[in-house]
Amino acid sequence: MKLRELAHSRTGDKGNTLNVSVICHDAGHYEHLRQELTAERVKAHLSDVVRGDVVRYELPNLAAFNFVLGQALGGGVTRSLALDAHGKSLSSALLDLDVADIR
Amino acid sequence: MGGIRMTATQDERRVRIGAGAGYSGDRIEPAVELAEHGALDYLVFECLAERTIAMAQQARRKHPELGYDPLLEARMRAVLPIAVRNGVRIISNMGAANPRAAARKTAEIALASGLDGLKIAAVTGDDVLDVVRRGNFHFEESGESVASFDDRIVSANAYLGAAPIVDALAAGADIVLTGRVADPSLFTAPLIHEFGWDMSDWNTLGQATVVGHLLECAGQVTGGYFADPGFKDVPNLARLGFPVGEVGADGSVVVTKVPDAGGRVTEATCKEQLIYEIHDPARYLQPDVVADFTQVRVQEEAPDRVRVTGGRGTPRTETLKVSVAYVDGYIGEGQISYGGPGALARARLALDVVRERLQFTGVRTSELRFDLIGVNALYGETAGRRGGEPYEVRARVVGRTASVKQAMLIGNEVETLYTNGPAGGGGATKSTREVLAVQSVLLPRTDVKPAFEFVEA
Repeated sequence: MKLRELAHSRTGDKGNTLNVSVICHDAGHYEHLRQELTAERVKAHLSDVVRGDVVRYELPNLAAFNFVLGQALGGGVTRSLALDAHGKSLSSALLDLDVADIR
Repeated sequence: MGGIRMTATQDERRVRIGAGAGYSGDRIEPAVELAEHGALDYLVFECLAERTIAMAQQARRKHPELGYDPLLEARMRAVLPIAVRNGVRIISNMGAANPRAAARKTAEIALASGLDGLKIAAVTGDDVLDVVRRGNFHFEESGESVASFDDRIVSANAYLGAAPIVDALAAGADIVLTGRVADPSLFTAPLIHEFGWDMSDWNTLGQATVVGHLLECAGQVTGGYFADPGFKDVPNLARLGFPVGEVGADGSVVVTKVPDAGGRVTEATCKEQLIYEIHDPARYLQPDVVADFTQVRVQEEAPDRVRVTGGRGTPRTETLKVSVAYVDGYIGEGQISYGGPGALARARLALDVVRERLQFTGVRTSELRFDLIGVNALYGETAGRRGGEPYEVRARVVGRTASVKQAMLIGNEVETLYTNGPAGGGGATKSTREVLAVQSVLLPRTDVKPAFEFVEA
């Protein structure tokens, strides 16, 4: 199934670093996504855009994750040549990730 | 001692803070709606992005009485009379590169609106260009020496904390206009003023940061930037209301909106905004505190009323972040669309032609990018492979140059595809812009002198 069925997401920018939240619609799916959504998978999924490391922060109280993506904004929001210099649209691409079905 | 809040049981007041703008160009009528119907104590306008202040600095150099937010006048004309009538105090960073001029302009608008006796304060001290120029600093991002950028540097502004705003409010300010202040501090300041929090009560300041962070992007917590039809629906998005925070003496907040306004406030909208633009949620660096969001709890207590508690904090750092903006050459760009069968092949041919032409004509670029909008412009080729053949595609060429003249040549090479390129290209556009890049340095607190002054109306 697609991540989009289990979670929602928003992207934020700071300099050349991007953060993408992934928030469970149902807190009961947090553990499932904790297994599925590793930093490595997120990096692979967005490999054309993200040049640096991906770090995952866990927020169990909110049933959410914060992924911080290094070197993801073409040198920084203020000087990037990218159409979407802020990387705002990356949250939608991340939600297209395939995850194992919930049982 | 941080966990013990002596005043919490004694002080039952709720302070109501509205967010009247989430960025410089934001809508004005939701702020009017809040001033009119929000039963507010404070209305805060957050209007400064990273680069905004540098652009304002350039405006000020041309006209010494400018350099504040371009929409200041329109906002104040619309909101001020209603706010004053309803006893709502206004706080904003619309002062940008010239808070004193912003305060003078606001005083002028107040008088023209028949409002007299208002106390209007300008917060200063964020402009540290001289300090940064004189010192031996290196950029946090690139490690480059700031001095090596010399006269390309346009502005350097420290992120101030709440203190100068608190002082201005304590001195009776009805309106406080600032330059660069950490966005959440615009909201924590009136709370510190109202509840008399100690500036070393880190947990309360951490929770106050949660409040500010939730409200600072205005519509982004009331259902703006959230709708995804069928998955996350938002009613009446065209009339999106801006948020109100009802804050108690312990910093706990209920996020809500004016009942008739469009949008919605849910646990989901609050969570999305809470995690927006933060890195390590246990260490969100602010001028007044290092905020910790890891224990935050979000709970809907009624429709469009969400209670947020549990923000914590640890002591502030000894340095302040300074954003330094500098001129970084020019960007030239051109776009043209192709459609129908074979659109993709013609668009690819168009890019090949421009690539060869830019080489052949000797256009000097330090970085070039060729996009197919609708195919690979947002996510690159990996995601591009996921879709089928597009029926319309827009070719985009963009490059970085040292001069505006070179930048113009890029758009021209796209435009000349009209009569010289592949068949059926349409809707060509071209543009150039000067690049103001931003990097940061860390400055010892002792080098920054925040202050406020009243402007005579």
